[in-house]
Amino acid sequence: MTTRHTLSVLVEDKPGVLARVAALFSRRGFNIESLAVGPTEHPTTSRMTIVVAVDDLPLEQVTKQLNKLVNVLKIVELDPTAAVQRELLLVKVKADLTTRSHVLETVQLFRAKVVDVATDAVTIEATGTADKLSALIKVLEPFGIRELVQSGMVAVGRGSRSMTGAENRLRSAS
Amino acid sequence: MTAPESLTGAQSLVRSLESVGAEVVFGIPGGAILPAYDPIFDSKKLRHILVRHEQGAGHAAEGYAQATGRVGVCMATSGPGATNLVTPIADAYMDSVPIVAITGQVPSAAIGTDAFQEADICGITMPITKHNFLVQHVDDIPRTIAEAFHIAASGRPGPVLVDVPKDILQAIGQFSWPPVLDLPGYHPTTRPHAKQIREAARLIAEAKRPVLYVGGGVLKARAAAELRVLAELTGIPVVTTLMARGAFPDSHPQHLGMPGMHGSVAAVTAFQKSDLLICLGARFDDRVTGKLSSFAPEAKIIHADIDPAEIGKNREADVPIVGDCRETLADLVVAVQEAYAAGTRADLTAWWKQLDNWRETYPLGYEEPTDGSLAPQYVIERIGKIAGPEAIYASGVGQHQMWASQFISYENPYTWLNSGGAGTMGYAVPAAMGAKVGRPEATVWAIDGDGCFQMTNQELVTCAIEGIPIKVAVINNGNLGMVRQWQTLFYDGRYSNTNLQSKRIPDFVKLADAMGCVGLRCDTKADVDATIEKAMAVDDMPVVIDFVVGQDAMVWPMVPAGTSNDEILAARDTRPVWGEDDV
Repeated sequence: MTTRHTLSVLVEDKPGVLARVAALFSRRGFNIESLAVGPTEHPTTSRMTIVVAVDDLPLEQVTKQLNKLVNVLKIVELDPTAAVQRELLLVKVKADLTTRSHVLETVQLFRAKVVDVATDAVTIEATGTADKLSALIKVLEPFGIRELVQSGMVAVGRGSRSMTGAENRLRSAS
Repeated sequence: MTAPESLTGAQSLVRSLESVGAEVVFGIPGGAILPAYDPIFDSKKLRHILVRHEQGAGHAAEGYAQATGRVGVCMATSGPGATNLVTPIADAYMDSVPIVAITGQVPSAAIGTDAFQEADICGITMPITKHNFLVQHVDDIPRTIAEAFHIAASGRPGPVLVDVPKDILQAIGQFSWPPVLDLPGYHPTTRPHAKQIREAARLIAEAKRPVLYVGGGVLKARAAAELRVLAELTGIPVVTTLMARGAFPDSHPQHLGMPGMHGSVAAVTAFQKSDLLICLGARFDDRVTGKLSSFAPEAKIIHADIDPAEIGKNREADVPIVGDCRETLADLVVAVQEAYAAGTRADLTAWWKQLDNWRETYPLGYEEPTDGSLAPQYVIERIGKIAGPEAIYASGVGQHQMWASQFISYENPYTWLNSGGAGTMGYAVPAAMGAKVGRPEATVWAIDGDGCFQMTNQELVTCAIEGIPIKVAVINNGNLGMVRQWQTLFYDGRYSNTNLQSKRIPDFVKLADAMGCVGLRCDTKADVDATIEKAMAVDDMPVVIDFVVGQDAMVWPMVPAGTSNDEILAARDTRPVWGEDDV
C-alpha cells in the first residue's frame, strides 16, 4: 500500500543541490508531494523536508539513492506520531461588511490570524498540519476564496534529540 | 602541504592533474578551455592525446581506466565539446568506470545568457555522473580536482565532471598540494559487516546447489585472486557476467560461463535451479535475470555490493552485505573455513553432476554457414587463440560483442573491455586506443562490427599519428547484425533499415590506408589465421582487418527479451530438455 512518508534531508548549502535532489526523485519515478527548503542553525547546512507517497520498499530505494548524492549529509524519516509537522497557508477570502464578522469568527476558531484587510477581502495566515489547513479552507470556501498559497511541510522530531546535532559529530569525526 | 604559489587557474588545473597522478589526458581544445591548453603545452608529466571527436576522448579515458585501474581523464571545451562527452560519461556511469571529464565553460558573467558555445553541462550530466562540479573560484581548483579523482575512484567508481569557466582559468589564485578534501556527505562503506559475513558463510556451507554470481564489482575491487580462493575452497560453480569476464579463468573447471540473454545454457540453468546465489558486485540487471519474477525462483540471495542502493533494488536479498568485494571475499574465506571446521559442509557432488550434464549437452558452439561464407564466430575464436590470453580485447556492441565474450577465452582480469550497461555502439576503437596508451606493452585488439566501426573509426587517425598501434578486426556482415537477428526472429524477417551495405561501401581497406593504418581483408576460412598473423606482426602502426563474413549467423543461446530464463533457446527452435534428474 502506498503511504505518505516525511523525509528530513540535511544537505550541504551549495548551488544546484535542490536540483540534484528534485531530479533524483523524478528520474527514479517518485512524485514529491511537498518540498520545503531552508537554512539551519549551521551556516553551511540546509534542511529539506520532503513528503513523498510511496510503498516501504521503494522508499528504501529512494533513500539509498538520495544518500548517494555527494551533497546529502543525512536523511531521517520522521514518524508523524513523534514529530511536529507544520505548513503555512495564506488565503485571501472575500469579506464585505455583511460577511466579515463570520470570517473573523472562523479565523479565531482555527487560531489563525488576519494579516491584511481590504474593503471587500481579508488575507488570513494560518499554520498547522495539512489536515487542519484543509479543514480551514473548507470552512472558508463558502465565503469565496480569491487566492490561496500554501508552503511545503516543515517538520521536526519531538523531544530533545537533534538530527543536526548528530550531524556535527559526523562532521568532526570525518 | 606545499607552500602556496600564485598561479593562473589554468596552471593550477594542470599542476593539480599532475599532482593527483594523471599521466594522460584525451581531449580537444576549443575557446572556453583554451587557457588550460597553454600550460598543457609545457607539461612534462602530462601527455595530451589530441583525439578527433570528444566521444573518442571519453571512451579512450574509459578504456584506459578499465585496462589499468587508474582514473581516466578527458577534456573538452564548452557547449558542443562538452555535450559530445555525454555518451561516454553515460557509458562510464552505467559500467562504473572511474573517469574525470574536464570541460571549459563560458566566463562566469556569461553563464545563463545563452552565450556562444554555452551549455549547462552540469545540469545535463547530473543524472549520468557520480558527481559534478562547477568551479566558482580559482582557489577551489586544486581541491576540486582532488575531490573529483577521489570520488571517481573510491566506493562504487564512476564518472565525475569538472566544469571550469574561462575567467576562472585566467584568474590568478593560490595553488598548494595536497588540498584538504571537503566531502562531509561522502563516506563509502568498504568494511563488510561481520555478522552478515557469518550468516553468508553459514548459507554457503549449507547450500546444496550454490552458484557464485560474479559481476564487474569484483574486477573494480581488484579481487580476482580472492574470488579464486573462495571458489576453490568451496568448489562452488562460478558464473561471470559480461562485465566480469576475466575475473575468473574461463579454462577453470568450475567456470560455467556467462549468464543472461546470451549466456551459456549451463550458467543460465544453474541460476534457475540454484538454491543459493552468492552475488558479488553484480546488480541483477534485466539482461541477466530475464523476467525478474521467474528468475532463480528457489534461490536464497547473498548480495554483496559496495553500493547499498543496489541491494534489494531488483531482487530482495536474504543476506545483504555492503562493502568492498575484496574485503568481503577475504572475510568470507575465513568465515566459510570456520563453518567447515564446525562440521557444516553440504555435498555438491549431485549438483556438479547436473551442471556437467548441462555443460556437456549444451556447449557453446556455432554452425558453419551453408552458403560458403566465413563464420564470424570462427574469426573471433581464432583471434582469441592467436593473440592469446595476455592480449586485451575491446568490443563494440552487438553480435560481435556477444561472440567475443563467448568465443575468446579470458584467463586474466582487465583483458575484456566493453560497453555493458549502456550498450554504446562505437566504444571499441577509442576504448582500445585508451587501453593501449595505458598498457603499451600489451597487444590490444578491437573486435568491432561494421556498424559500430563507422561510428568512431576516425580515432584510428589519432592512433596512427600518436603512435598507438592497436589492431582492429571489423566483423563485417554488412548489417546491423543484432538488430537484424531480432528482425529475423521477431519481425518475420522484415529487414527494415539494418542493411548498411558496408561490404560494398566504404572500402575498409582503403579507409584504413587513408587513415595511416595497415588495411587487410579476409573473406575465406583458409586465410583467417594468416591474416591475423600478419596483423600480429605489425607493431608500429594500427592495423585494420576487414573480415567479410556471412550475414545470417545468429547469437545463441538466447533468452528472448522479457521472457523467463527457463525459456532459453540453445539454438533456433531448440529448447533444452531437462531430464527427470534435473528437476
